[in-house]
Amino acid sequence: MSYIAGSFATAFGRHEGQDTLGLMTQAATGALADAGLERADIDGIICGYSTTMPHLMLATVFAEHFGIRPRYAAALQLGGATGLAMAATAHFVIQSKAASRLLIVAGENRLSGQTRDSAIQALAQVGHPRYEVPLGTTVPAYYGLIASAYLDGRGAGEADLAELAVAMRSHAVDSPGAHYREPITVEDVLVSRAVAEPLKLLDCCPVSDGGAAMVVTGDQVNDHCLRVLGSGQAHQHQHVSVVPDLLSYGAGPSSRMALDEAGIGLDRIRYAAVYDSFTVTLALLLEEIGLAPPGQAGALARDGHFSPGGAVPLNTHGGLLSYGHCGVAGAMSHMAELQRQLTGRAGARQIPGQPDVALLHGDGGVMSSHTSMVVALP
Amino acid sequence: MTVADWTTGEPQLVVLSCGGCGNVWYFQRPFCPRCGRLDPDEVASAGRGRVVATTVVHRAPSDEWRPLVPYTLVLVDLDEGVRVMAHAASGTAIGDTVGATFEERAGRLVPVFTPA
Repeated sequence: MSYIAGSFATAFGRHEGQDTLGLMTQAATGALADAGLERADIDGIICGYSTTMPHLMLATVFAEHFGIRPRYAAALQLGGATGLAMAATAHFVIQSKAASRLLIVAGENRLSGQTRDSAIQALAQVGHPRYEVPLGTTVPAYYGLIASAYLDGRGAGEADLAELAVAMRSHAVDSPGAHYREPITVEDVLVSRAVAEPLKLLDCCPVSDGGAAMVVTGDQVNDHCLRVLGSGQAHQHQHVSVVPDLLSYGAGPSSRMALDEAGIGLDRIRYAAVYDSFTVTLALLLEEIGLAPPGQAGALARDGHFSPGGAVPLNTHGGLLSYGHCGVAGAMSHMAELQRQLTGRAGARQIPGQPDVALLHGDGGVMSSHTSMVVALP
Repeated sequence: MTVADWTTGEPQLVVLSCGGCGNVWYFQRPFCPRCGRLDPDEVASAGRGRVVATTVVHRAPSDEWRPLVPYTLVLVDLDEGVRVMAHAASGTAIGDTVGATFEERAGRLVPVFTPA
């Protein structure tokens, strides 16, 4: 048995003068406070990585910096899937009794700590160093290729993808920590400047500074814990050049594994937290998981299906597309929002009828690494 | 093992083939990633195939690529059974039958697919 006992995301955006350890500290402090725990209560730590502070041992560097001496430490690297994979690892560690109260933390000054070219080049290295990167690739280009295959294979249009950006932005309007909060329209997305066609600027998440953390425990340490019911993963490829099917990447088996462990069906899910680095990422994941029929993710978003008042509210803080993306911490903001929604603490964004069971899904690389989790009120 | 292909300045795409299980693959390595057999055969591709994905890059990753935008990248399924990423002529679309040429771009030789 393990519980998400606390979580916290800093505001995402431009935080001039902040560094990796500073943002991680802010996030860890917030998550501990949310869990109602002290540093001395923590006996395990899991960290990710930071492109602005590459280090061989980020977990123990942070443990020393923050002031904890855990009996379990690990650093994990699965790109955008890292945050949820760290939560899953904490779930396994607790079951194994190697530790009982773990801090999971990430933060990065990805926006202000480097030039935009440096960020773009660092991220492009998820591509193949000999057969892809030398062609002048970027992460938006990898996803642009995927998007072209999605639009062609599913018969969807660019306006359908734009609906997902519009939905995430409409959620961010009430989300004070979001990087971008001004409402946008489908037309705004369609006329925003081309980045890697068919993807335009507003199809892409921003590069942000920020941090996020969670506390995972084996016991219910407060009255707003969420129970981890199941987790799953799938890792079918690293590079987009070798994907056998450009409409199927592993989100299906990963989410089914999590649902099977939870012993529930997809129809029981009342809230979804799904990785949304690009509009096409979100469309493909929603459809492969089964939260939208093939080619219909955008149409469902337009109809309010994923809105706070809809059938399956999705990323109600604004997601990566509008809350922002600062690396490992990016998708961990989805967990912080989800915990608040399920425990009735989401304030102005609180979903009517308070959802009780949620599915999370993260994706790293170029739709390469997939991690899913099902959580619920205890 | 260093396959002589466009990445080493030779104007060709090379497909690797396993003499044991018949697997074919593109990213060079000295063993078959399916059965583990060593010493795969190198097959020079005829460079013909079908486009399965396209993107037009407007935001370049670096100064060396910036003067070249917008440029078209594609995934092509070669007739030899592997998928490759490459440049392509402007206007290339999914489903097009294409053939490989090789051009100097951003200081290196790259495969550029054009209508076959």
